[in-house]
Amino acid sequence: MAKVRVATTWLECCSGCHMSMLDLDEKLVELASKIEFDASPITDIKEFHPVDVGIVEGAVGNEEQLEVLKKIRENSKILVALGDCACFGGIPAMRNFFKKEEVLKRVYVETESTVNPEKVIPHEDVPKLFPSVKAIDQFVKVDVYVPGCPPDPKAIEYALRELLEGKIPVLPPELLSYE
Amino acid sequence: MGNKLEIFPVTRVEGHGKVTIYLNEDGKVEKTFFHVTQIRGFEKFCEGRVFWEMPVMTQRACGICPVSHHLASAKATDKILGVEIPPTAKKLRELMHMGQLVQSHSLHFFHLASPDLLLGMDADPKIRNVIGIIEKYPDLAIRGVKLRKYGQEVIRTLAGKRIHPRFAIPGGVNKGLTVQERDSLLKDIDWVIDSLKDTVRLIRNLAIEWGEKFRKFASFPSFYMGLVDSNGNLDLYHGKIRLCDHRGRIIDEFSEDEYLNKIGEWVEPWSYMKFPFYKEFGYPEGSYRVGPLARINCCDDISTPLAKEELKLFREMIGDRVAEGSLFYHYARMIEALHSAERLKELLEDPDITGTELQVVSRDFKPEGVGILEAPRGTLIHHYKVNENGEIIKANLVVATVHNNHAMNKAVELVAKEYIRGPEIKEGFLNMLEVAIRCYDPCLSCATHAIGKMPLQVVIYDAEGNKIKELVKGS
Repeated sequence: MAKVRVATTWLECCSGCHMSMLDLDEKLVELASKIEFDASPITDIKEFHPVDVGIVEGAVGNEEQLEVLKKIRENSKILVALGDCACFGGIPAMRNFFKKEEVLKRVYVETESTVNPEKVIPHEDVPKLFPSVKAIDQFVKVDVYVPGCPPDPKAIEYALRELLEGKIPVLPPELLSYE
Repeated sequence: MGNKLEIFPVTRVEGHGKVTIYLNEDGKVEKTFFHVTQIRGFEKFCEGRVFWEMPVMTQRACGICPVSHHLASAKATDKILGVEIPPTAKKLRELMHMGQLVQSHSLHFFHLASPDLLLGMDADPKIRNVIGIIEKYPDLAIRGVKLRKYGQEVIRTLAGKRIHPRFAIPGGVNKGLTVQERDSLLKDIDWVIDSLKDTVRLIRNLAIEWGEKFRKFASFPSFYMGLVDSNGNLDLYHGKIRLCDHRGRIIDEFSEDEYLNKIGEWVEPWSYMKFPFYKEFGYPEGSYRVGPLARINCCDDISTPLAKEELKLFREMIGDRVAEGSLFYHYARMIEALHSAERLKELLEDPDITGTELQVVSRDFKPEGVGILEAPRGTLIHHYKVNENGEIIKANLVVATVHNNHAMNKAVELVAKEYIRGPEIKEGFLNMLEVAIRCYDPCLSCATHAIGKMPLQVVIYDAEGNKIKELVKGS
């Protein structure tokens, strides 16, 4: 049987959903025989190629993330939003209560330990921030939602196994966790 | 300015980043930048929240070492309550922290760094990853998976959840450890200790085998920072912050409450990650390194027997008090993982650990609190100011990976100058730059609590600043 090709990426997030994927422990080794990873933070492949499944962790908060999201969408037959940030915006969306300029000023100028006499705000070779952080389905079509902060490894496993069988996973209630 | 190369994204690190290299007219490396390309703004959006939410909220800075933020935050909130937490609560928190060090250090070594070390820095990028390790060294891969699993299970046993646990609360913890739970954790601890001891030997043998290449890779003098206990021993959970120089001489020792007098964070226009430095020496002269190698360089000794022995062998091997090469981070990391596992066992065998006094309550809020510990990647500081209702007025986080920002830039520069001649670059050389960054196991998610992502693509600019070549790593 041909391996299922999977690409993953992380956007505005904490990497916890990818870590939860690694929390499949020994099952990861078993699944590795059925999956071929394309571009992913855990591989050294940097460019997206056409894949069966694209998995996105994180919300969208800057222009670079949006670019990456569009690329993985174009290359994926099925796109999975993994975790609360990708599904709803999550904790990063808490920045939406404040103006972007206020956030940058606090972080780079005002914080007690910051020494920044010129009041420099990073702007060279770094992506521009959007005024607000949004879930990925505000920009692209999402086929599968796996919520949780992070989703339990069991939920991730369930979704992956369904996808490996060519089905669109519908998570049973016991695997849906909200905090 | 000559050519400019960019590497994006940098992979097999936790977070978001890229590297830019400028070449001069002769095609030699003139300048390099390691940029971090994410910011989230925790220091702003925590404002207005009540302080007891902080241990739960701030750990969302990082899914790799959430426990570090969870506990550093809890320590800061204890100070706001103005209480000493009960011995059982303190030991349970430390137990959780040791579990996390085992899982995080194992994850880094086996899942992220070992492909470079075991498959080769210039191996085919298609196999140069954890899956490649699973295929070529299945026993080792399984060992890595199991070690991480054990550390994560310590966390899950205490908190019901591996990532983003809810366990530490202001004034203590919300759950005790039962005798059955303790016994089930004790069951595998000897296997964990043995496996980590073997892993220390594995990296040791690699260091001996690679010889000069290992020793000299991205090696440079710097200051080092790490926590030590009252005897000068390595302490990953509490203690004084020690700063030593490149010869291992102690420059300063201070408590977390003094951090603002000692540490500043510089801002550069080209990175979302700040650049901490020791104030007395200014920036960049006062830049220092943190994390496993820094802690091993700073401490006089280690209290647990097996790690103590490994530290002795380490120092004999380098023939010096301080190791400067970046690859030694991997070696130091495994010595620490071994120490953490030994400490885990000590804590599990401590009669206090199954105690039932878990929390101290206070209604009298102090205006501010600073919490500190050694996260897997280095010293982590959480600092909160609150109003009389306990709402956060100011939050400041100085995060482990951020301290190493200057060091990572320096390491990239050294490696680029060593290996890159002109715009024709082999993928394996590009990976070398990432290998340099990976030594520091940067958690860019954490670092950009303000943002973070790392893949690598090289863009080359000529002397006029025109893009003449783009080379994507591993495409």
